[in-house]
Amino acid sequence: MSEPVVWLTIFVLSVFVGIEVISKVSSTLHTPLMSGANAIHGIILLGAILVTGTSQNAVAVAVGLVAIVLASVNMVGGFVVTDRMLQMFQRRKPRAVARDKAEQDGAAR
Amino acid sequence: MSGTPVWVQLVYLAAAICFILALKGLSGPRTARAGNIVGAVAAVVGCVVVFFYGNLHHVGWILGAIVVGSIGGVIGARRVQMTQMPQMVALFNGVGGGAAALVALLELHERLPHIASENWFTLAATAFTIAVGAISFAGSVITFLKLQELITGRPILFPGLPVVFGLGLVGVVLLGVLTVTLPAMWIGIVLALVGLLVGVLLVLPVGGADVPIVISLLNAFTGLTVAAGGYVLGNTLLLVAGTLVGASGTFLTKLMAGAMGRSVLNILFGALKGGSTLGAGEVSDRPVRSAGPEDVAILLGYAGRVIVVPGYGLAVAQAQHTLRELVDVLGARGITVDYAIHPVAGRMPGHMNVLLAEAQVPYEQLREMDDINSEFKQTDVVLVVGANDVVNPAAKSTPGAPIYGMPILNADEAQQIVFMKRSMRPGFAGIENELLFDPKTTLLFGDAKDSLGKLLTAVKAL
Repeated sequence: MSEPVVWLTIFVLSVFVGIEVISKVSSTLHTPLMSGANAIHGIILLGAILVTGTSQNAVAVAVGLVAIVLASVNMVGGFVVTDRMLQMFQRRKPRAVARDKAEQDGAAR
Repeated sequence: MSGTPVWVQLVYLAAAICFILALKGLSGPRTARAGNIVGAVAAVVGCVVVFFYGNLHHVGWILGAIVVGSIGGVIGARRVQMTQMPQMVALFNGVGGGAAALVALLELHERLPHIASENWFTLAATAFTIAVGAISFAGSVITFLKLQELITGRPILFPGLPVVFGLGLVGVVLLGVLTVTLPAMWIGIVLALVGLLVGVLLVLPVGGADVPIVISLLNAFTGLTVAAGGYVLGNTLLLVAGTLVGASGTFLTKLMAGAMGRSVLNILFGALKGGSTLGAGEVSDRPVRSAGPEDVAILLGYAGRVIVVPGYGLAVAQAQHTLRELVDVLGARGITVDYAIHPVAGRMPGHMNVLLAEAQVPYEQLREMDDINSEFKQTDVVLVVGANDVVNPAAKSTPGAPIYGMPILNADEAQQIVFMKRSMRPGFAGIENELLFDPKTTLLFGDAKDSLGKLLTAVKAL
């Protein structure tokens, strides 16, 4: 196989995995899922680091540093904001349990 | 791929698997948070590895830039109000697209001296990354401005927009072809600039209600951009991660558009055809029945079964905490109360769940549309707070209405309907809601937070 065909194979398989893996998502999670996927493409940071670190031209390095800043905002901000959203889904559990317990106590009394 | 040590490629493979697991985790409520963390760890590991094999120069500067960007990202992510989260995601997505375009431009610059030996496919992928990255960046900035209401949320059209947009697209294709046939730095830069223009023109005509779908679409665009960038740089991790996001993002966009009963093409180009998202926005003068908070309190306080339909108006008024208090008080009176969540309630699918979760509404009270729709018949009162289109029966009864075919909550089947609205203005879709004029309907005018506060006091006084 020639190299472009290897890449094409990886690409096509990834397309199917990408669709399959989220096909059963409930609409409740659409927003966090979009935000999480958004953070994942922040991996372009890796590319920005590579390009900047291997460049010798001063202007190119400056542009590369801008790309690194942008990509880190995407990656770090994306994961943090997704976690913040998901935290809200989880936090209520102990409270709900505590409330149910309080109600039971009330009923017992 | 050549030049990358095998161990690094294996680390990339592991990171790619983690990204798949992250997406898988994010699609289930119990695994979502863990999934997100798995994704974050994989991304960090992927980036750290580069420093160990890349023989990088300017490491100090690079680390500095990462610190600056990370601090900016964390501050943005922590400070943002939950109601403003869609535009924050749009902004994060845009900067990612911008970074990808810059990376591709730099790579083009690096390769120019020995361009003759380059595969045409690599150059095509470079052109794709530059153009689509720029489109995603500019488009995301416009969606941010629209949602932040720094510019109007209504579709922006000017005479000749379709022509300019068409010329822009042709320009992108021509410049892309030139990048492959006669590669030069200035062509890449012009391509990026024309891409920016196309991105702006793509989003300007989209109405406020549809902007979230566009965010999702641009998210998929950025994913594909990163994938193409991965091919250019010979990096498998970028290729796999970008493709995963591109594919799942496209599929998610389709799901979201489907929940609104619209096609993606209609959302993007509907306004250009003088189509649906424009709406009349006129105020009707037909008679309605309005009531004060005390009357509504009696209606609610002596009901047996109540369903609340929250909409974006609730979030805008920051009234979700007051609403939760009201529901708690009603619950204490022995009334069964649930929230009926339409898939597109709020500004993005699932947005309303996040907002109500923030107000500590118990998860069990949040019911999805398909789950609760059969229960409206046995419901005494439906309380619609700041929602409109998601309960508009025109979606079922009026072929030709912009929302026709959109699944709706069957609020019209309840015994009584109470609408809390600021005015008689139609919803985002810009069409009148027959339900407002139904004899079973009572309207409570006013700001949602204000009205809910009064309602709460009145119910407590019963």
